[in-house]
Amino acid sequence: MNNINLSTADKVRKTLKKRYRKDRLFALYGALSILFCFLFLGIFLIGIFKMGWHAFLETRVNLQVYFDPQFVSPYNIEESDYEALVAKALSTKFPDVRTRQDKRELSKFLSPRAVDVVRNFAKAHPEIVGSSVDLWLPVGDGLDMLKKGVISKENALQAGLVTEKNLERFERFVEENKVTVSFNWYFFTSGDSNAPSTAGIGGAIVGSFYLVLITITLSFPLGAGAAIYLEECARRSKFKDFIDININNLTAVPSIIFGLIGLAIFLNFFHLPRSSPLVGGLVLSLMTIPVIVIASKTAVSSVPPSIREAALSVGASKMQTVFHHVVPLALPGMLTGAIVGMARAMGETAPLLMVGMVAFIVDIPRKITDPASALPVQIYLWSDQPERAFANKAAAAIIVLIFFMILMNSFAIWLRKRYERKYGERG
Amino acid sequence: MSLSITIIFILMLFSICYVVGTKKALRIARREHIPLRQFHSQPSYHGAYVALQSALPCAVIAFLWLTVEPFVISNIMANHIREAMPSLFEAEISLWLDRLKAVAEGQTGFFKIDDSLKHLVPVYSGLKQSSRWAMLTVVFTVGLGSAAFFYHRISPYLRARHRVEAIVTALLGACALLAIFTTLSIVASVLFESLRFFKSVSILEFFTGTHWAPHTALRADQIGSAGSFGAVPVFVGTFLISAIALALSVPIGLFAAIFTSEYASPRARSVIKPVLEILAGIPTVVYGFFAALIVGPFVRTMAERFGFSIPSESALAAGLVMGIMIIPYISSLSDDTMNAVPQSLRDGAYALGSTKSEMIQKVLLPAALPGIAAGVLLAVSRAIGETMIVVMAASLRAKLTLNPFDAVTTVTVQIVSLLTGDQEFDSPKTLAAFALGLALFVVTLVLNIIAFMIVRKYREQYE
Repeated sequence: MNNINLSTADKVRKTLKKRYRKDRLFALYGALSILFCFLFLGIFLIGIFKMGWHAFLETRVNLQVYFDPQFVSPYNIEESDYEALVAKALSTKFPDVRTRQDKRELSKFLSPRAVDVVRNFAKAHPEIVGSSVDLWLPVGDGLDMLKKGVISKENALQAGLVTEKNLERFERFVEENKVTVSFNWYFFTSGDSNAPSTAGIGGAIVGSFYLVLITITLSFPLGAGAAIYLEECARRSKFKDFIDININNLTAVPSIIFGLIGLAIFLNFFHLPRSSPLVGGLVLSLMTIPVIVIASKTAVSSVPPSIREAALSVGASKMQTVFHHVVPLALPGMLTGAIVGMARAMGETAPLLMVGMVAFIVDIPRKITDPASALPVQIYLWSDQPERAFANKAAAAIIVLIFFMILMNSFAIWLRKRYERKYGERG
Repeated sequence: MSLSITIIFILMLFSICYVVGTKKALRIARREHIPLRQFHSQPSYHGAYVALQSALPCAVIAFLWLTVEPFVISNIMANHIREAMPSLFEAEISLWLDRLKAVAEGQTGFFKIDDSLKHLVPVYSGLKQSSRWAMLTVVFTVGLGSAAFFYHRISPYLRARHRVEAIVTALLGACALLAIFTTLSIVASVLFESLRFFKSVSILEFFTGTHWAPHTALRADQIGSAGSFGAVPVFVGTFLISAIALALSVPIGLFAAIFTSEYASPRARSVIKPVLEILAGIPTVVYGFFAALIVGPFVRTMAERFGFSIPSESALAAGLVMGIMIIPYISSLSDDTMNAVPQSLRDGAYALGSTKSEMIQKVLLPAALPGIAAGVLLAVSRAIGETMIVVMAASLRAKLTLNPFDAVTTVTVQIVSLLTGDQEFDSPKTLAAFALGLALFVVTLVLNIIAFMIVRKYREQYE
């Protein structure tokens, strides 16, 4: 066949199939890209959850502890030898333990935290001295992971996480129905530690709480004020444009640069306390203000001019118009922007590293000038540790961090849905 | 203690002045039989005027006092330390000073101080105490004095509203000025320290040298000869990781945007958009965790299966995860610009008989190109400024290579490694971090400004 004899319509028809195929392929690429994002998010969430879930649970065994007056004196509850008390309780339960080797093995049966549990119980009930009581005590790391099904028996034995004898002892508790897996509150109340089993995110949560508190008290009034000034008070001028460009640029400045200002100005020039939530909060505020300014500007400018004109026409001054009419209407939008900015600030890590919030801090901070850690920094610190158990703790901390962020973002969405107004519609 | 009293005092002064001022305006009206509408301002404005005029100066004084106080006290204490231990160098004095302060603040667990300095701890605490009480006294006097003065001046003719509004406007303006101060302080701190760095290391060497080993320069006299501040490997490493990230994120982000804006049904859109927003909202430290503990080892085992031996800190792992982090930025910016392209252009293309993909390739993408380019530039700036992913998943050692399977380092990794841990502040080692910071700031600033200008120009086209 000769192409010249074909009409245009025929030519089109001839290539149509190919063109449609290309079209479908193009759509497929798009769908694949979206699928990639979904897939990643899925792998990511499942991966983190699989690594972290078991840090929220702990295995405890029910053991009879005799508060021997020989070790515990009711007059000096704080300083008593609880380690000996726990060791005694274990050897009473397993009287066949004789050799030193065996005793050392037995001491690994319970977590080092068991001693704290006994101490806290004695402190709460000083009258217990001289009598026995059944206490739920956390078991060692290896047995704990085995019970929760994180590792198989063979792997645990091979890696030396548990020993045959301890496993047998554990079996005895299982037979006696004296084993329970319960929620690990300790993880949420304790500070960082050298040992994975005693490390918790209590200190980091308090640190993050202080950071967010400082950031919101500083950045919301300042950011909202700047936005109101730029939208309502400032006349159009070169200067106002300059401020606008500045704010836009600041939102795109890498976060680590803000850390550098924190280091050079707040720490080295003003000598504010290193590693403290105060400095961290100041740095995060500087980062968050531009975000809040931009969100608040949008909120203020979306209030229709008719509202301003109505207020002005009944004799309100410029300021009265702004504060009695424009700001109340724009407030939900401003708050939404502020909360989203807060959620971002809460996940920010790099600037905190610069102002020294990476120190190993065991104590839970009580003031904003105390050295503190924060959730994202704790995640960073734990991921750097060689032990695998710390990686699991980090994953658990990630779950907590993401939970808080989802909470804040859903609050923002709820706020927007609840108070959003569509102008020009009735009702 | 005295600090919280000061703050409470200022807050109480403000509220009491407001109430009392308002009451006085009302009382004048009652006593002198002047109807309220003949007042220039409403009573509450009189109250606000007194409150602002008395509390604001107090707040300003307290702020300035707290800013200046550390310098004065440090100076005095440095003199004391010099007397106690005359053999110290200047740098050591500031070190002891910091420890002294830490001990005085009660952080005894971390810091130990020399016995010959022990007697200075109460001196320091005493100085601080008396400074704070002095501040409270000054604030007290000024606050009550101005409150009395402005309370006395309340009259029906006082233009309280005008003055209150002027003060509020000035306060709002000050908030806006803060943005400029932030930029200025970034420039000042980074530039200032960088200039000090370039006094000891030449600019030429920094930007062209190919050997980067800042940790070996322990003493100040070593650097010149050691020549260990050539930042080219660091820049190349940054470039390599960003390039990998963009190679992944630009096509995927763009296709994701095309799909969401042109192909997806409204219902699919309402699912896809939040998922991309979740990806954008995941903290970078979490991506870093993922890169270091999951992707890095995975890439290594995959390479081993094909017979390669690569480090788990390969540029590929960090770059891929960074790419995933950037996808939502590219897709949301491209999506916005594509939605801004008028429907008439699409309809025109359809009217000429083009298929959807032809319309997108020939009409939509060229029309949205400036916006997409701006989005990509912003993504580049985010990639080179990204810190946590590379800190956790990239290497510390600087190696000049473009092999994506090799371990490289980046500007941000070096800044973090130079500035965390024990640091002596004036060494070229720490100053080098500021020089890297300056380079990073300038590059991202230029990228942002170009992107901003493109967006602004493009926006005018269709409006």
